[in-house]
Amino acid sequence: MSDHDYRPKSKVGQWFNDRLPLLTLANHLTDYPTPKNLNYWWTFGGILTFCLITQIVTGLTLAMHYIAHADMAFESVEHIMRDVNYGWLIRYIHANGASMFFLAVYIHIFRSLFYGSYKAPREIIWIIGIIIYLLMMAAAFMGYVLPWGQMSFWGATVITNLFSAIPLVGEGIVTWLWGGYSVDNPTLTRFFTLHYLIPFLILGLVVLHIWALHVPGNNNPVGIDIKKPSKDTVPFHPYIVIKDGFALLMFMIVFAFFVFYAPNILGHADNYIEANPMVTPAHIVPEWYLLPFYAILRSVPDKLLGVVAMLSAILILAVLPWLDTSKIRSAVFRPLYKQFYWILVADVLILGYVGAMPAEGLYLLIARVATAYYFLHFLVILPVLGFKEKTLPVPLSITEPVLGGSPNLAAARNKESKIE
Amino acid sequence: MKNLFKLFSIIILIITSNSNSFAAEKVEYLKTDWSFKGLFGKFDRASLQRGYQVYTEVCASCHSMKYLSYRNLAEPGGPEFSEAQAKAIAASFEVTDGPNSDGEMFTRPGKLSDKFVMPYENVKAAQAANGGAYPPDMSVLVKARGGGVDYIYSLLQGYEEAPSNVSLDDGVYYNKYMYGNKIRMAAPLSDGLVEYGDGTNATVEQMSKDVTTFLMWSAEPHLESRHQMGFKAIVYLIILTVLVYFSMKRIWSRVESEV
Repeated sequence: MSDHDYRPKSKVGQWFNDRLPLLTLANHLTDYPTPKNLNYWWTFGGILTFCLITQIVTGLTLAMHYIAHADMAFESVEHIMRDVNYGWLIRYIHANGASMFFLAVYIHIFRSLFYGSYKAPREIIWIIGIIIYLLMMAAAFMGYVLPWGQMSFWGATVITNLFSAIPLVGEGIVTWLWGGYSVDNPTLTRFFTLHYLIPFLILGLVVLHIWALHVPGNNNPVGIDIKKPSKDTVPFHPYIVIKDGFALLMFMIVFAFFVFYAPNILGHADNYIEANPMVTPAHIVPEWYLLPFYAILRSVPDKLLGVVAMLSAILILAVLPWLDTSKIRSAVFRPLYKQFYWILVADVLILGYVGAMPAEGLYLLIARVATAYYFLHFLVILPVLGFKEKTLPVPLSITEPVLGGSPNLAAARNKESKIE
Repeated sequence: MKNLFKLFSIIILIITSNSNSFAAEKVEYLKTDWSFKGLFGKFDRASLQRGYQVYTEVCASCHSMKYLSYRNLAEPGGPEFSEAQAKAIAASFEVTDGPNSDGEMFTRPGKLSDKFVMPYENVKAAQAANGGAYPPDMSVLVKARGGGVDYIYSLLQGYEEAPSNVSLDDGVYYNKYMYGNKIRMAAPLSDGLVEYGDGTNATVEQMSKDVTTFLMWSAEPHLESRHQMGFKAIVYLIILTVLVYFSMKRIWSRVESEV
């Protein structure tokens, strides 16, 4: 990459940069050659960074006023909502921010699935991403416990109880997690501690995620390797910065709508009832972003196998680069995969829907079929498709829009295969 | 771009329909025009003041409102009683304070900084006085019920003779809108139960509307400033988005590529 040759103009800059090459880093980040055909699905990386920072800043502010104690947590949240200056704003941004964060991360993940961004040489970026996603779920779950409402308490009870499915040591692990014999004050204080810690772990992993991205560079909608820098790329600044900024602003409008006009629509009413260990809510439902996995958990009749299925549903994504045997990245040139992709999207949405419904009758049946299909997609369809599918001809560069129509295409192809 | 919008709206639709799905299974709630809904929604001051009257004369004998203070009654965006009125309201309650220098608890008239006085010492006392059922604290009640204000408004007017196939225990009443239709609270309102100072006719419907408005405020005391700030924030964001859009078009015109 050209940025190794970078030298600051000023003497002071040179002196500093020889000792700590921060200016080289800044230069690399601004000049970073980015494919010029990135569409708006690619703006969600920047949006997610914004979400993380928003959550950290609002979270820090909330932590200054929140009291992590079973007898005072609910009251301290009401104190924030009523008496802290703009406390209602900070809390609603934080609570809805979690939902917006997940909305963005799901779009980000499904963009990656569509354009095959997880394939070589980007497996490490993808795996770090999956770890970030897992940590996000842990942070979100523990954050939901902190207001100490009914859903907080019973959600925590249900989820921590999953560990009791582990043979022999399960019960012991649950007691250890709780710090007692039920979800109580020790559980709340440790969840608060971890909820505070995890975002900073995510921040570290995000740095690695971006670092790993900057080694091969961005994938792109055509899914081909491109020369960098070249006619196919633009410098990150100002081109991508302004485009990401524009998309971020649109995202913020949606975000603001929820915060100011529907701040509680994504939450559950029961969480405005203070936690009561003696009263179980009629339906215990997690937040919307965990519903597909909740549906998978409940669709298996055996507790242990249900937990295994739920965890596998997430972990299977980590080995996706090796399950997808197709050499072609972008679904644009994979007519069959494209169809299966949209079926998978529908499948996950259906799982989310039945996850919110009582696990009985038709809902349970749908959940089971959808769960089976989810695994079928990754374990059977993807590996087989790589061998069977007839893909469309792929262009050689972004600037060459013609798919096989160009006279020098065949010649260029030959040349490329020789290089390989 | 178009696809982006489509996906956004589909996802939002799914999310919102999910969270409402439980409420949708139940009966249709009674509707009324709430002044606090919508982009510019504000509370109807007179309704809030009447609602406070209903709360304090009817509900407060069983239901606490422990997160509210008397000072809130005079704060902007609420019922906006004058400070003198709020002080008088506070002073009409006996507050237990102490211990004093002799180590004794004593009672004194309430002050603006006091929290609303609770009808019972504790949950057990409340249950004992209400046949085992705890009258829930009303501070955030409308946010704690699936149907929100419409549910509370309907419930207050939903008392009926039980259908012949439903048998009720002593002290249990039939309510069309209650979850499971059985409620331990007797119909709290009847026409003319309170006498409004402003001459409004105190029908059950009117009192239900007033007290529900009051409960909405008690659950969301900053609703008005939220709506005002939200409108400004969104207008600001839209203007900025348009400006950034044109800057983006300008910058990208240097390369042959679509944005």
